[in-house]
Amino acid sequence: MSAASTSPVIERGTATSRIAAVAVAVIIALLAIAPQFLSAGAVDRMTALFIYVILAAMWNALAGFGGLVSVGQQVFFGLGAYFAIRLADAGLKPFASLFVSAIVVGVVSVPLSLFMLRLRNGEFAIGMWVIAALTHLLVNLDRLVQGETGTSLISLNVYDAGTRRMTIYWLALASMTALLAMLFGLLRGSTGAAIRAIRDNEDAAASVGVRVTGTKRLLFVLAAFGIGIAGALWLATSITFQPKTYFNVQWTAYMIFMVLVGGIGTFEGAILGALVFFLIETWFGGTGVWYLIGLGATAVLFSLFLPRGLWGTVEERFGLRLLPVGYRVRLPGNPTAPADDGTAPSPRQSTQHQEKA
Amino acid sequence: MTHPQQQAVLTAAGIHKRFGALVVLDAVDFTMAADEAVGIVGPNGAGKTTLLSVLSGAFPPSSGKVSFKGDDVTTLTATQRCRLGLVRTHQVPKPFSGMTTFENVFVAASHGAGLGRDEAYEEALGSLTLCGMLSVANRRAETLGLLDRKRLELARALAARPTLLLLDEIGGGLTDGEAGELVDTIKELRRRKIGIVWIEHIVHILLQVAERLICMDAGRIIADGDPQTVMADPQVIHAYLGGGPK
Repeated sequence: MSAASTSPVIERGTATSRIAAVAVAVIIALLAIAPQFLSAGAVDRMTALFIYVILAAMWNALAGFGGLVSVGQQVFFGLGAYFAIRLADAGLKPFASLFVSAIVVGVVSVPLSLFMLRLRNGEFAIGMWVIAALTHLLVNLDRLVQGETGTSLISLNVYDAGTRRMTIYWLALASMTALLAMLFGLLRGSTGAAIRAIRDNEDAAASVGVRVTGTKRLLFVLAAFGIGIAGALWLATSITFQPKTYFNVQWTAYMIFMVLVGGIGTFEGAILGALVFFLIETWFGGTGVWYLIGLGATAVLFSLFLPRGLWGTVEERFGLRLLPVGYRVRLPGNPTAPADDGTAPSPRQSTQHQEKA
Repeated sequence: MTHPQQQAVLTAAGIHKRFGALVVLDAVDFTMAADEAVGIVGPNGAGKTTLLSVLSGAFPPSSGKVSFKGDDVTTLTATQRCRLGLVRTHQVPKPFSGMTTFENVFVAASHGAGLGRDEAYEEALGSLTLCGMLSVANRRAETLGLLDRKRLELARALAARPTLLLLDEIGGGLTDGEAGELVDTIKELRRRKIGIVWIEHIVHILLQVAERLICMDAGRIIADGDPQTVMADPQVIHAYLGGGPK
């Protein structure tokens, strides 16, 4: 296996994915300057989109890559907001409190993982919901929160509305970018391979040397941290904190919707799903109960007819990978056709994409 | 017991395993040297797979002690034992079905053998080549047929760089020709000085590799030694073919 010309080559990216990487950088740069051209309302909506992307990406990492399906992720969303209120009340600068709060959420998730990760599959999913409901009740006991009356992140009022809106927009954009980059790095590395192995067969993963519990814990804590940031950012945009709004299971329902529609277990899918959800909400959000019925119907239709979601289907049909986290083996003496992968149509066109990642 | 004089690499002493009231392993003692190839036969329900699971750390014994390379590993997990070089395959293949064949093997090379990225690539490609799976390297494991799933079990275990490999019915369900290919691969492992414990019902393929044979019945080892002698042992014949009381 030493002669370079005769040994197979491991590819991480494709020609398309290198273009996609540049496109992603351009899009983020455009988003960074976008507020100058957008109305105040549009800036707020875009902030919401960034938060949705964080939520979808985190749930997808947990469930789609790690196999940890949770219906209680709203616990971290609520705690992200709650700790921000608490920290701001203790005198921390409001914007700093948003991120310190997310770190606290991450720290809290460590002891939680000690017993939750002993549960498997459905037990874990429902167990997380129980934890969320329990946490909701505990937060209600805090006098600062005043039960379901709620409270506000009052200290944000020192900034004028325009500055506040811009700052939150940029913080949300930066958080989304950083979290996506972090997730991509993790999932693309050897830990990412271990995460997927655990999802597919926990016992087999252990038998080939994967540290199952430690790896699951890392993912669990990262997802808690990311969703904590999302909750804190949501608090910053809406100012008011009512426990029942933040600890509502609808947040996890949205995450599941975005990931299922976008394509579970694909990095691109979660982002696409968040975008789809955002558009549906923008166009139909005002239609009240029909909006919710529409969301539910869409989810049912997708799980019946497109179980791999939008991106999963595109990937399967066209072999298109924009942000691949996997590995492809290119065999020697056959530069244009990789070993049969059973999915992509054989690339008969002899485009010169022989670069290594 | 007729184990060689060399230093024992794997020792199991007084192993009992009970599932509730059911006694599956009943005082099993087993020792082997690093370069041995040991075959294990016995009727269904004899406790062969359970013994392998206790040796590999899939679950702990109810009582007894397992030592590997001179250290007590009884309380170590399967992950830890794999990293020490004690690696198993599964009777019913357990591929990482959503990952490609290469990725399956890469996980073992990078986590089980603890290799860095480039070395893990080499190791993974090496074991795929050895097991004849390079041509399906990019296939999702869920699309593989039985023979390839069996090969994948072997390739993945190999990529973890075992000193001792525990094979659980790797030939089960295969045609003679297919099983023959696997035997060739396993013979190559013997040339690489990898120790082997192999449970198999298909005795004639097992005997192409095993230098020593153990027969289990009802949770006990009833014969242990030279393959021809063990196969001729009246107790072994009785266990397999049944018959009246001895």
